Amino acid sequence: MEQKTVINIRDVSFRYDRENVLEHINLSVPQGAFVGLVGPNGSGKSTLLKIILGLLKVKEGKVELFGIPQHKFKDWDQIGFVSQKANSFNTGFPATVFEVVMGGLAKKIGIFRRPRQNEREAVEKAVKAVGMEPYLKRNIGDLSGGQQQRVFIARAIVSNPSILILDEPTVGVDSQNVESFYHMLTYLNKELGMTLLLVTHDIGTISDKVTHVACLNKYLHFHGSMKKFIQLDEQELSHLYGHGIRLLDHHHDH
Amino acid sequence: MIEAIFQYEFLQNAFLAGAIIGIIAPLLGAFIVVRRLSLIADALSHVTLSGIAAGLYLGQAVPSFGAVNPLYFGMIFSIGGSLLIERLRSVYKHYQELAIPIMMSGGIGAGVIFISLADGFNTDLFSYLFGSVSAVSRGDLFAVMAISVIVLLTVFLLYKELFILSFDEEYAKASGIPSKAVHFAFIILTALVIAVSMRIVGILLVSSLMTLPVAAAMRIAKGFKQTIWLSVLFGETAVLVGLFSAFYLDLAPGGTIVVTSIILLLVIIMWKKERN
Repeated sequence: MEQKTVINIRDVSFRYDRENVLEHINLSVPQGAFVGLVGPNGSGKSTLLKIILGLLKVKEGKVELFGIPQHKFKDWDQIGFVSQKANSFNTGFPATVFEVVMGGLAKKIGIFRRPRQNEREAVEKAVKAVGMEPYLKRNIGDLSGGQQQRVFIARAIVSNPSILILDEPTVGVDSQNVESFYHMLTYLNKELGMTLLLVTHDIGTISDKVTHVACLNKYLHFHGSMKKFIQLDEQELSHLYGHGIRLLDHHHDH
Repeated sequence: MIEAIFQYEFLQNAFLAGAIIGIIAPLLGAFIVVRRLSLIADALSHVTLSGIAAGLYLGQAVPSFGAVNPLYFGMIFSIGGSLLIERLRSVYKHYQELAIPIMMSGGIGAGVIFISLADGFNTDLFSYLFGSVSAVSRGDLFAVMAISVIVLLTVFLLYKELFILSFDEEYAKASGIPSKAVHFAFIILTALVIAVSMRIVGILLVSSLMTLPVAAAMRIAKGFKQTIWLSVLFGETAVLVGLFSAFYLDLAPGGTIVVTSIILLLVIIMWKKERN
Protein backbone atom coordinates (compact mmCIF):
# COMPACT_ATOMS: atom_id res chain seq x y z
CA MET A 1 0.00 0.00 0.00
CA GLU A 2 1.27 3.44 -0.93
CA GLN A 3 1.66 5.51 2.22
CA LYS A 4 0.88 9.20 2.20
CA THR A 5 3.83 11.50 2.79
CA VAL A 6 3.01 14.01 5.51
CA ILE A 7 6.31 15.89 5.63
CA ASN A 8 8.26 16.29 2.42
CA ILE A 9 11.55 18.18 2.36
CA ARG A 10 13.20 18.63 -1.02
CA ASP A 11 16.74 19.88 -1.50
CA VAL A 12 16.67 22.29 1.44
CA SER A 13 19.83 24.20 2.37
CA PHE A 14 20.11 26.70 5.18
CA ARG A 15 22.79 29.05 6.49
CA TYR A 16 23.05 31.40 9.45
CA ASP A 17 25.10 34.38 8.26
CA ARG A 18 27.94 32.63 6.42
CA GLU A 19 27.87 29.31 8.19
CA ASN A 20 26.16 26.52 6.30
CA VAL A 21 24.02 24.53 8.69
CA LEU A 22 22.09 22.31 6.31
CA GLU A 23 23.06 21.24 2.81
CA HIS A 24 20.69 19.73 0.24
CA ILE A 25 18.43 17.91 2.67
CA ASN A 26 15.87 15.49 1.30
CA LEU A 27 13.58 13.91 3.82
CA SER A 28 10.11 12.44 3.58
CA VAL A 29 8.05 11.24 6.50
CA PRO A 30 5.31 8.74 5.68
CA GLN A 31 2.03 8.83 7.56
CA GLY A 32 2.00 6.70 10.68
CA ALA A 33 5.79 6.45 10.89
CA PHE A 34 7.88 6.90 14.01
CA VAL A 35 10.96 8.66 12.67
CA GLY A 36 14.09 9.14 14.73
CA LEU A 37 16.16 12.09 13.54
CA VAL A 38 19.62 11.58 15.00
CA GLY A 39 22.85 13.51 14.81
CA PRO A 40 25.52 14.93 17.08
CA ASN A 41 25.20 18.33 18.74
CA GLY A 42 25.37 21.17 16.26
CA SER A 43 24.41 18.96 13.34
CA GLY A 44 21.46 21.13 12.37
CA LYS A 45 18.71 18.99 13.90
CA SER A 46 16.98 21.84 15.67
CA THR A 47 17.37 24.06 12.62
CA LEU A 48 15.65 21.43 10.49
CA LEU A 49 12.79 21.24 13.01
CA LYS A 50 12.41 25.01 13.02
CA ILE A 51 12.23 24.91 9.24
CA ILE A 52 9.50 22.26 9.31
CA LEU A 53 7.56 24.29 11.90
CA GLY A 54 7.90 27.43 9.80
CA LEU A 55 9.92 29.24 12.47
CA LEU A 56 12.75 29.71 9.99
CA LYS A 57 12.13 30.74 6.42
CA VAL A 58 13.52 28.46 3.73
CA LYS A 59 15.35 30.23 0.93
CA GLU A 60 16.71 27.20 -0.89
CA GLY A 61 14.66 24.12 -1.54
CA LYS A 62 11.06 23.44 -0.61
CA VAL A 63 9.00 22.02 2.22
CA GLU A 64 5.58 20.43 1.83
CA LEU A 65 3.25 19.57 4.69
CA PHE A 66 0.42 17.16 3.89
CA GLY A 67 1.19 17.79 0.22
CA ILE A 68 0.73 21.55 0.54
CA PRO A 69 3.65 23.96 0.02
CA GLN A 70 4.61 25.29 3.44
CA HIS A 71 3.96 28.97 2.70
CA LYS A 72 0.38 28.11 1.84
CA PHE A 73 -0.11 25.72 4.76
CA LYS A 74 -2.66 26.92 7.31
CA ASP A 75 -3.57 23.84 9.37
CA TRP A 76 -0.88 24.31 12.01
CA ASP A 77 -2.90 22.55 14.68
CA GLN A 78 -2.31 19.38 12.66
CA ILE A 79 1.27 19.52 13.92
CA GLY A 80 2.04 19.20 17.62
CA PHE A 81 5.43 20.30 18.89
CA VAL A 82 7.30 19.54 22.11
CA SER A 83 10.44 21.61 22.51
CA GLN A 84 13.48 21.00 24.65
CA LYS A 85 11.99 21.74 28.02
CA ALA A 86 14.99 23.51 29.49
CA ASN A 87 15.11 26.09 26.75
CA SER A 88 11.75 27.61 26.59
CA PHE A 89 9.86 27.79 29.82
CA ASN A 90 10.46 29.23 33.23
CA THR A 91 9.76 26.73 35.99
CA GLY A 92 8.48 29.29 38.47
CA PHE A 93 5.56 30.21 36.25
CA PRO A 94 2.32 30.05 38.23
CA ALA A 95 0.21 27.93 35.87
CA THR A 96 -1.67 24.71 36.55
CA VAL A 97 -1.33 21.60 34.38
CA PHE A 98 -4.85 22.32 33.13
CA GLU A 99 -3.93 25.87 32.08
CA VAL A 100 -0.75 24.75 30.32
CA VAL A 101 -2.50 22.02 28.33
CA MET A 102 -5.36 24.37 27.45
CA GLY A 103 -2.69 26.52 25.79
CA GLY A 104 -2.44 23.82 23.14
CA LEU A 105 -5.98 24.59 22.02
CA ALA A 106 -5.53 28.35 21.61
CA LYS A 107 -5.04 28.22 17.88
CA LYS A 108 -7.95 25.85 17.35
CA ILE A 109 -10.36 27.86 19.51
CA GLY A 110 -9.39 30.97 17.57
CA ILE A 111 -8.51 34.50 18.54
CA PHE A 112 -11.06 36.50 20.63
CA ARG A 113 -12.87 33.28 21.63
CA ARG A 114 -12.91 31.60 25.00
CA PRO A 115 -12.76 27.87 25.72
CA ARG A 116 -15.99 25.94 26.24
CA GLN A 117 -17.01 22.67 27.83
CA ASN A 118 -15.85 20.42 24.96
CA GLU A 119 -12.43 22.06 25.00
CA ARG A 120 -12.17 21.50 28.75
CA GLU A 121 -13.01 17.85 28.19
CA ALA A 122 -10.38 17.59 25.46
CA VAL A 123 -7.80 18.92 27.93
CA GLU A 124 -8.79 16.34 30.54
CA LYS A 125 -8.62 13.59 27.94
CA ALA A 126 -5.14 14.60 26.76
CA VAL A 127 -3.88 14.84 30.34
CA LYS A 128 -5.26 11.36 30.95
CA ALA A 129 -3.57 9.99 27.82
CA VAL A 130 -0.18 10.93 29.25
CA GLY A 131 -1.08 9.61 32.69
CA MET A 132 -1.07 12.96 34.49
CA GLU A 133 -4.72 13.30 35.52
CA PRO A 134 -4.00 13.32 39.28
CA TYR A 135 -1.99 16.52 38.77
CA LEU A 136 -4.55 18.54 36.81
CA LYS A 137 -4.78 21.37 39.35
CA ARG A 138 -1.14 21.38 40.40
CA ASN A 139 1.29 24.13 39.43
CA ILE A 140 3.60 23.01 36.64
CA GLY A 141 6.63 24.17 38.62
CA ASP A 142 5.87 21.68 41.41
CA LEU A 143 6.27 18.66 39.10
CA SER A 144 9.36 16.63 38.27
CA GLY A 145 11.12 17.01 34.91
CA GLY A 146 9.59 13.84 33.52
CA GLN A 147 6.10 14.83 34.65
CA GLN A 148 6.51 18.28 33.13
CA GLN A 149 7.52 16.75 29.84
CA ARG A 150 4.38 14.58 29.87
CA VAL A 151 2.34 17.72 30.40
CA PHE A 152 3.97 19.29 27.36
CA ILE A 153 3.14 16.19 25.33
CA ALA A 154 -0.46 16.54 26.49
CA ARG A 155 -0.41 20.15 25.33
CA ALA A 156 0.95 19.07 21.97
CA ILE A 157 -1.66 16.35 21.42
CA VAL A 158 -4.71 18.11 22.86
CA SER A 159 -5.64 19.58 19.48
CA ASN A 160 -5.56 16.05 18.05
CA PRO A 161 -2.73 16.59 15.58
CA SER A 162 -1.70 13.92 13.08
CA ILE A 163 2.00 14.71 13.49
CA LEU A 164 3.86 15.11 16.74
CA ILE A 165 7.36 16.60 16.61
CA LEU A 166 9.61 16.22 19.66
CA ASP A 167 12.96 17.96 20.14
CA GLU A 168 15.14 15.97 22.56
CA PRO A 169 12.19 15.37 24.86
CA THR A 170 14.08 13.26 27.39
CA VAL A 171 16.76 15.82 28.27
CA GLY A 172 16.43 16.33 32.01
CA VAL A 173 14.28 13.25 32.50
CA ASP A 174 15.83 10.66 34.78
CA SER A 175 16.69 7.32 33.21
CA GLN A 176 14.03 5.40 35.13
CA ASN A 177 11.29 7.50 33.60
CA VAL A 178 12.77 7.57 30.11
CA GLU A 179 11.62 4.01 29.44
CA SER A 180 8.01 4.67 30.44
CA PHE A 181 8.19 7.91 28.47
CA TYR A 182 9.03 6.02 25.28
CA HIS A 183 6.37 3.51 26.14
CA MET A 184 3.85 6.34 26.06
CA LEU A 185 5.22 7.56 22.69
CA THR A 186 4.80 4.08 21.22
CA TYR A 187 1.21 4.12 22.48
CA LEU A 188 0.55 7.43 20.73
CA ASN A 189 2.10 6.07 17.53
CA LYS A 190 0.53 2.62 17.46
CA GLU A 191 -2.81 3.13 19.16
CA LEU A 192 -3.68 6.69 18.20
CA GLY A 193 -1.99 6.47 14.78
CA MET A 194 0.05 9.63 15.32
CA THR A 195 3.06 10.24 13.08
CA LEU A 196 6.07 10.95 15.28
CA LEU A 197 9.26 12.80 14.42
CA LEU A 198 11.68 12.55 17.31
CA VAL A 199 14.96 14.42 17.43
CA THR A 200 17.71 13.00 19.59
CA HIS A 201 21.47 12.73 19.75
CA ASP A 202 21.21 9.30 21.29
CA ILE A 203 20.35 6.56 18.80
CA GLY A 204 20.89 3.81 21.36
CA THR A 205 17.70 4.38 23.32
CA ILE A 206 15.41 4.74 20.33
CA SER A 207 16.74 2.06 17.99
CA ASP A 208 14.18 -0.55 19.02
CA LYS A 209 11.25 1.88 19.04
CA VAL A 210 11.35 3.82 15.80
CA THR A 211 10.28 2.64 12.35
CA HIS A 212 12.54 4.99 10.38
CA VAL A 213 15.87 6.68 10.97
CA ALA A 214 17.38 9.81 9.50
CA CYS A 215 20.99 10.69 10.31
CA LEU A 216 21.85 14.32 10.03
CA ASN A 217 25.11 16.18 10.14
CA LYS A 218 24.75 19.18 7.90
CA TYR A 219 24.01 16.64 5.15
CA LEU A 220 21.44 13.94 5.55
CA HIS A 221 23.62 10.83 5.62
CA PHE A 222 21.05 8.15 5.86
CA HIS A 223 17.34 8.08 5.57
CA GLY A 224 15.37 4.92 5.51
CA SER A 225 13.54 2.29 7.48
CA MET A 226 14.97 0.86 10.67
CA LYS A 227 15.45 -2.50 8.96
CA LYS A 228 17.82 -1.01 6.41
CA PHE A 229 19.62 0.94 9.07
CA ILE A 230 20.42 -2.17 11.05
CA GLN A 231 21.92 -3.77 7.95
CA LEU A 232 24.54 -1.01 7.62
CA ASP A 233 28.03 -2.19 8.48
CA GLU A 234 30.22 -0.55 11.06
CA GLN A 235 32.25 1.51 8.64
CA GLU A 236 29.16 3.02 7.13
CA LEU A 237 27.81 3.74 10.59
CA SER A 238 30.93 5.61 11.58
CA HIS A 239 30.44 7.77 8.51
CA LEU A 240 27.01 8.70 9.73
CA TYR A 241 28.39 10.02 12.95
CA GLY A 242 29.70 13.38 12.15
CA HIS A 243 32.45 13.10 9.59
CA GLY A 244 31.15 15.71 7.25
CA ILE A 245 34.59 16.54 5.91
CA ARG A 246 35.27 13.02 4.79
CA LEU A 247 31.97 13.02 3.02
CA LEU A 248 32.96 16.19 1.23
CA ASP A 249 35.94 14.25 -0.15
CA HIS A 250 33.60 11.61 -1.45
CA HIS A 251 31.80 14.31 -3.33
CA HIS A 252 35.04 15.21 -5.08
CA ASP A 253 35.49 11.62 -6.17
CA HIS A 254 32.35 11.69 -8.25
CA MET B 1 -14.77 60.05 55.08
CA ILE B 2 -17.56 58.17 53.31
CA GLU B 3 -19.67 61.32 53.65
CA ALA B 4 -16.82 63.42 52.36
CA ILE B 5 -16.62 61.25 49.27
CA PHE B 6 -20.22 62.06 48.43
CA GLN B 7 -19.68 65.68 49.22
CA TYR B 8 -16.51 66.56 47.36
CA GLU B 9 -16.07 65.95 43.69
CA PHE B 10 -12.27 65.76 43.96
CA LEU B 11 -12.53 62.88 46.45
CA GLN B 12 -14.98 61.06 44.20
CA ASN B 13 -12.55 61.43 41.34
CA ALA B 14 -9.61 60.19 43.36
CA PHE B 15 -11.40 57.17 44.83
CA LEU B 16 -13.09 56.07 41.65
CA ALA B 17 -9.90 56.47 39.64
CA GLY B 18 -7.96 54.69 42.39
CA ALA B 19 -10.42 51.83 42.59
CA ILE B 20 -10.22 51.29 38.82
CA ILE B 21 -6.44 51.52 38.74
CA GLY B 22 -6.30 49.05 41.63
CA ILE B 23 -7.85 46.54 39.21
CA ILE B 24 -6.16 47.20 35.89
CA ALA B 25 -2.61 47.85 37.08
CA PRO B 26 -2.17 44.47 38.88
CA LEU B 27 -4.13 42.73 36.09
CA LEU B 28 -1.60 43.77 33.47
CA GLY B 29 1.11 43.49 36.10
CA ALA B 30 0.51 39.74 36.36
CA PHE B 31 1.52 39.33 32.72
CA ILE B 32 4.39 41.80 33.06
CA VAL B 33 5.89 40.00 36.06
CA VAL B 34 5.70 36.48 34.64
CA ARG B 35 7.26 37.72 31.42
CA ARG B 36 10.11 39.23 33.45
CA LEU B 37 9.39 42.69 32.12
CA SER B 38 8.91 44.37 35.52
CA LEU B 39 11.56 46.96 34.87
CA ILE B 40 9.95 48.00 31.62
CA ALA B 41 7.09 49.45 33.62
CA ASP B 42 9.65 51.55 35.47
CA ALA B 43 11.31 52.75 32.29
CA LEU B 44 7.94 53.67 30.77
CA SER B 45 6.89 55.64 33.82
CA HIS B 46 9.98 57.79 33.48
CA VAL B 47 9.23 58.37 29.81
CA THR B 48 5.70 59.32 30.83
CA LEU B 49 7.22 61.92 33.13
CA SER B 50 8.93 63.61 30.20
CA GLY B 51 5.61 63.62 28.35
CA ILE B 52 3.81 65.22 31.31
CA ALA B 53 6.59 67.79 31.68
CA ALA B 54 6.39 68.52 27.95
CA GLY B 55 2.63 68.96 28.32
CA LEU B 56 3.02 71.32 31.28
CA TYR B 57 5.65 73.33 29.42
CA LEU B 58 3.63 73.54 26.20
CA GLY B 59 0.62 74.58 28.25
CA GLN B 60 2.63 77.55 29.48
CA ALA B 61 4.43 78.40 26.27
CA VAL B 62 1.64 77.94 23.73
CA PRO B 63 -1.69 79.25 25.01
CA SER B 64 -3.73 76.99 22.75
CA PHE B 65 -2.20 73.93 24.46
CA GLY B 66 -3.20 75.24 27.87
CA ALA B 67 -6.53 73.44 27.73
CA VAL B 68 -5.02 70.05 26.86
CA ASN B 69 -4.62 67.67 29.81
CA PRO B 70 -0.86 66.94 30.19
CA LEU B 71 -1.92 63.34 30.81
CA TYR B 72 -2.45 62.91 27.07
CA PHE B 73 1.11 64.02 26.38
CA GLY B 74 2.16 61.47 28.97
CA MET B 75 0.23 58.73 27.15
CA ILE B 76 1.71 59.64 23.77
CA PHE B 77 5.24 59.64 25.18
CA SER B 78 4.59 56.38 27.00
CA ILE B 79 3.40 54.65 23.83
CA GLY B 80 6.32 56.08 21.87
CA GLY B 81 8.65 54.90 24.63
CA SER B 82 7.22 51.39 24.61
CA LEU B 83 7.80 51.11 20.88
CA LEU B 84 11.35 52.40 21.28
CA ILE B 85 12.02 49.82 23.99
CA GLU B 86 10.87 47.07 21.64
CA ARG B 87 13.15 48.46 18.96
CA LEU B 88 16.11 48.62 21.36
CA ARG B 89 15.44 45.10 22.60
CA SER B 90 15.83 43.81 19.08
CA VAL B 91 18.92 45.95 18.46
CA TYR B 92 20.62 44.55 21.59
CA LYS B 93 19.42 40.97 21.20
CA HIS B 94 21.81 39.59 23.81
CA TYR B 95 21.57 42.51 26.25
CA GLN B 96 17.86 43.19 26.14
CA GLU B 97 17.83 44.80 29.59
CA LEU B 98 20.00 47.61 28.21
CA ALA B 99 16.83 49.06 26.69
CA ILE B 100 15.63 49.88 30.20
CA PRO B 101 18.44 52.17 31.46
CA ILE B 102 18.57 53.83 28.05
CA MET B 103 14.89 54.71 28.12
CA MET B 104 14.87 55.52 31.82
CA SER B 105 17.67 58.05 31.63
CA GLY B 106 16.37 59.36 28.33
CA GLY B 107 12.94 59.90 29.88
CA ILE B 108 14.31 61.65 32.97
CA GLY B 109 16.76 63.69 30.88
CA ALA B 110 14.09 65.00 28.54
CA GLY B 111 11.76 65.48 31.52
CA VAL B 112 14.29 67.62 33.38
CA ILE B 113 14.78 69.82 30.32
CA PHE B 114 11.05 70.44 29.98
CA ILE B 115 10.75 71.06 33.73
CA SER B 116 13.54 73.64 33.59
CA LEU B 117 11.93 75.27 30.57
CA ALA B 118 8.66 75.44 32.48
CA ASP B 119 10.42 77.34 35.29
CA GLY B 120 11.14 74.51 37.67
CA PHE B 121 9.05 72.49 40.08
CA ASN B 122 5.60 73.45 41.16
CA THR B 123 2.87 71.67 43.12
CA ASP B 124 1.34 70.35 39.93
CA LEU B 125 4.49 68.50 39.04
CA PHE B 126 4.91 67.26 42.62
CA SER B 127 1.51 65.59 42.37
CA TYR B 128 2.56 63.86 39.17
CA LEU B 129 5.69 62.51 40.82
CA PHE B 130 4.13 61.13 43.99
CA GLY B 131 0.43 60.98 43.29
CA SER B 132 -2.31 63.07 44.79
CA VAL B 133 -5.74 62.72 46.36
CA SER B 134 -6.80 66.22 45.43
CA ALA B 135 -5.38 66.70 41.95
CA VAL B 136 -7.47 64.11 40.06
CA SER B 137 -9.84 65.95 37.75
CA ARG B 138 -13.04 64.74 36.11
CA GLY B 139 -11.07 64.68 32.88
CA ASP B 140 -8.46 62.40 34.47
CA LEU B 141 -11.21 60.13 35.78
CA PHE B 142 -12.77 59.81 32.34
CA ALA B 143 -9.38 58.97 30.86
CA VAL B 144 -8.90 56.26 33.50
CA MET B 145 -12.37 54.85 32.77
CA ALA B 146 -11.82 54.79 29.00
CA ILE B 147 -8.45 53.08 29.34
CA SER B 148 -9.83 50.55 31.82
CA VAL B 149 -12.60 49.54 29.41
CA ILE B 150 -9.99 48.97 26.68
CA VAL B 151 -7.74 47.00 29.04
CA LEU B 152 -10.47 44.78 30.46
CA LEU B 153 -11.90 44.05 27.03
CA THR B 154 -8.52 43.26 25.52
CA VAL B 155 -7.44 40.97 28.35
CA PHE B 156 -10.82 39.23 28.28
CA LEU B 157 -10.69 38.63 24.52
CA LEU B 158 -6.97 37.88 24.22
CA TYR B 159 -6.55 36.05 27.52
CA LYS B 160 -5.39 32.71 26.12
CA GLU B 161 -3.05 34.33 23.61
CA LEU B 162 -1.53 36.53 26.31
CA PHE B 163 -1.20 33.53 28.59
CA ILE B 164 0.66 31.41 26.03
CA LEU B 165 2.89 34.28 25.01
CA SER B 166 3.83 34.77 28.66
CA PHE B 167 4.28 31.11 29.43
CA ASP B 168 6.29 30.03 26.43
CA GLU B 169 7.04 32.51 23.68
CA GLU B 170 8.66 29.99 21.35
CA TYR B 171 5.65 27.72 21.57
CA ALA B 172 3.31 30.64 20.93
CA LYS B 173 5.12 31.37 17.69
CA ALA B 174 5.29 27.71 16.68
CA SER B 175 1.58 27.16 17.25
CA GLY B 176 0.81 29.95 14.83
CA ILE B 177 -0.93 32.49 17.06
CA PRO B 178 -0.21 36.08 16.00
CA SER B 179 2.32 36.60 18.77
CA LYS B 180 3.78 39.83 17.39
CA ALA B 181 0.39 41.51 17.19
CA VAL B 182 -0.61 40.26 20.64
CA HIS B 183 2.66 41.43 22.14
CA PHE B 184 2.22 44.80 20.45
CA ALA B 185 -1.28 45.20 21.88
CA PHE B 186 0.05 44.20 25.28
CA ILE B 187 2.88 46.72 25.29
CA ILE B 188 0.55 49.55 24.19
CA LEU B 189 -1.87 48.66 26.99
CA THR B 190 0.98 48.70 29.48
CA ALA B 191 2.03 52.15 28.31
CA LEU B 192 -1.53 53.46 28.65
CA VAL B 193 -2.10 51.98 32.11
CA ILE B 194 1.15 53.44 33.36
CA ALA B 195 0.21 56.86 32.01
CA VAL B 196 -3.20 56.93 33.69
CA SER B 197 -2.09 55.25 36.93
CA MET B 198 0.49 57.85 37.75
CA ARG B 199 -2.19 60.44 38.55
CA ILE B 200 -2.90 58.45 41.72
CA VAL B 201 0.33 56.62 42.57
CA GLY B 202 2.77 59.01 40.96
CA ILE B 203 5.35 58.37 38.30
CA LEU B 204 8.07 57.19 40.62
CA LEU B 205 5.91 54.53 42.22
CA VAL B 206 3.53 53.44 39.48
CA SER B 207 5.46 50.30 38.56
CA SER B 208 5.17 49.06 42.14
CA LEU B 209 1.39 48.84 41.79
CA MET B 210 1.96 46.53 38.81
CA THR B 211 4.54 44.32 40.49
CA LEU B 212 4.13 44.19 44.30
CA PRO B 213 0.59 42.73 44.37
CA VAL B 214 1.67 40.14 41.80
CA ALA B 215 4.77 39.28 43.80
CA ALA B 216 2.51 38.59 46.79
CA ALA B 217 -0.05 36.61 44.75
CA MET B 218 2.59 34.38 43.17
CA ARG B 219 3.66 33.14 46.59
CA ILE B 220 0.33 31.48 47.29
CA ALA B 221 -1.64 31.12 44.04
CA LYS B 222 -2.46 27.84 42.34
CA GLY B 223 -2.45 28.58 38.65
CA PHE B 224 -2.34 31.74 36.61
CA LYS B 225 -6.00 32.75 36.87
CA GLN B 226 -5.75 32.63 40.62
CA THR B 227 -2.57 34.68 40.45
CA ILE B 228 -4.50 37.35 38.57
CA TRP B 229 -7.45 37.38 40.98
CA LEU B 230 -5.22 37.58 44.04
CA SER B 231 -3.08 40.29 42.43
CA VAL B 232 -6.18 42.38 41.80
CA LEU B 233 -7.40 41.76 45.35
CA PHE B 234 -4.08 42.84 46.86
CA GLY B 235 -3.73 45.79 44.49
CA GLU B 236 -7.24 47.03 45.27
CA THR B 237 -6.65 46.66 49.01
CA ALA B 238 -3.42 48.61 48.78
CA VAL B 239 -5.02 51.43 46.78
CA LEU B 240 -8.03 51.83 49.07
CA VAL B 241 -6.10 51.57 52.33
CA GLY B 242 -3.44 53.86 50.85
CA LEU B 243 -5.92 56.50 49.71
CA PHE B 244 -7.78 56.54 53.05
CA SER B 245 -4.61 56.94 55.05
CA ALA B 246 -3.27 59.54 52.62
CA PHE B 247 -6.45 61.56 53.04
CA TYR B 248 -6.52 61.36 56.84
CA LEU B 249 -2.80 61.81 57.44
CA ASP B 250 -2.37 64.36 54.66
CA LEU B 251 0.29 62.33 52.85
CA ALA B 252 1.01 61.72 49.19
CA PRO B 253 -0.98 58.58 48.23
CA GLY B 254 1.89 57.15 46.19
CA GLY B 255 3.79 56.54 49.39
CA THR B 256 0.91 55.13 51.43
CA ILE B 257 -0.20 52.80 48.61
CA VAL B 258 3.27 51.40 48.07
CA VAL B 259 3.97 50.98 51.78
CA THR B 260 0.63 49.16 52.17
CA SER B 261 1.61 46.86 49.25
CA ILE B 262 4.95 46.13 50.88
CA ILE B 263 3.30 45.29 54.20
CA LEU B 264 0.84 42.99 52.41
CA LEU B 265 3.73 41.32 50.60
CA LEU B 266 5.68 40.75 53.83
CA VAL B 267 2.61 39.32 55.58
CA ILE B 268 2.04 36.89 52.70
CA ILE B 269 5.68 35.81 52.61
CA MET B 270 5.73 35.18 56.36
CA TRP B 271 2.36 33.43 56.32
CA LYS B 272 3.55 31.13 53.55
CA LYS B 273 6.75 30.34 55.50
CA GLU B 274 4.73 29.62 58.63
CA ARG B 275 2.49 27.22 56.72
CA ASN B 276 5.35 25.18 55.27
